[in-house]
Amino acid sequence: MLVEVALRPGIADPQGATIERALPALGFDQVHAVRTGKAIRFSIEAVGEPAARSEVDELCRRFLTNPVIEEAHVTLTADTSTAEAAR
Amino acid sequence: MTARVGVVLFPGSNCEHDVVEAVHAAGGEAELIWHGATDLGGVDAVVLPGGFAHGDYLRPGAIARFSPVMAAVETFAAAGGAVIGICNGFQILTEARLLPGALQKNRGLTFLCMPVTLEVVSTRSVLTRDLVAGQRLSIPINHFEGNYTCDAATLQELTEQDRIVLRYVQNPNGSIDNIAGICNAQGNVVGLMPHPERASDILLGSADGLALLRSLLGHRVPVGVGATAGPAQAARA
Repeated sequence: MLVEVALRPGIADPQGATIERALPALGFDQVHAVRTGKAIRFSIEAVGEPAARSEVDELCRRFLTNPVIEEAHVTLTADTSTAEAAR
Repeated sequence: MTARVGVVLFPGSNCEHDVVEAVHAAGGEAELIWHGATDLGGVDAVVLPGGFAHGDYLRPGAIARFSPVMAAVETFAAAGGAVIGICNGFQILTEARLLPGALQKNRGLTFLCMPVTLEVVSTRSVLTRDLVAGQRLSIPINHFEGNYTCDAATLQELTEQDRIVLRYVQNPNGSIDNIAGICNAQGNVVGLMPHPERASDILLGSADGLALLRSLLGHRVPVGVGATAGPAQAARA
C-alpha cells in the first residue's frame, strides 16, 4: 500500500517553491510546478481490494492527512506473498 | 480560592514548566497532567503547552490528539471549561477539531524565534476578556508551523463571530488575515502561536503575557464540570 500525501491545490508549498527557485542555478531551468509531499508505505490485511481500499480511505481521512490542507493519493498493490507463506 | 491550571505534558512537550511558572507569577496554581491521564483532576483550566508532542511525527498535533487525555479535554471543553493551546498546543487543538483551520509551514520556510507585537482583537475569549480591543502586547513566537490557514467560509465565520482573538501587527509567517490566535464559538477554547509564558516577567523582556494568564485565571468552569471538580467559584482569584 502506498499513500502519497500532498498539499491541496492552492495551499502554499514553500518547500516546493524553494526547491524550484534553486533549480535554475543547476541548469534545470525548464522545471516548473514543484510540489512536495510525503509517501507512506505499509501492508494491510483485508479480504479483498474494496475492503482494503475502504479501510485505507478511512485511515487517510482520520489520521494520515489533515483534510484542511492535505489530500491523499492511494496506490494499492496486491501482495500475495504473505498469504502464500501462510499456506 | 486560587484557580488551578492543569498543564498537559505530552512526550516531547518542552514549555510545560514555563507555563507552570508563569501561572504562578500570574497568581494561580498549576500542576502537570500526564498525557496518559483520563481525568483532569478537577482543574479550573487546561493548557496544552508548546513543544513537539510525540515528536511532531506525521504532522504537529496529529498523534497528540489521540493521547488518552484528549478525550477528557474535549469533554471539559464541551462543558465550557477553559482550554488554551499555545503553539504546539494550538496545532493539537486544530488537529482535534476543537478549533477550525490548520497551521502550515511558515511562509519564509524559516523557524521563527523572536518577540512580536500583537493586537488584541476579540475580548470574548477566556484569554482576553480582561483586556481591551486594540491593546498591544509584546510576546515571543517560536515556531516553524505557525502559518494559520482556513477556507474562506471559515475565515468569514471567525470574523463575523468575533473569534479572531489576536492578530500580528506585522505578519511574521504568512498567517491568513494576520491571525495569531482564534477561539471557538463559545470563547472558552483558545489557540495561539505566541507564548504568553515567555513574556511573564520584565526580566524576560516583557510581562505582557501575564495579562492573558490573569484573564484565564478569572474564568471559572461551570458547576459540575470535571470529574472531581469542586464547586465553581464566581469570585476572581
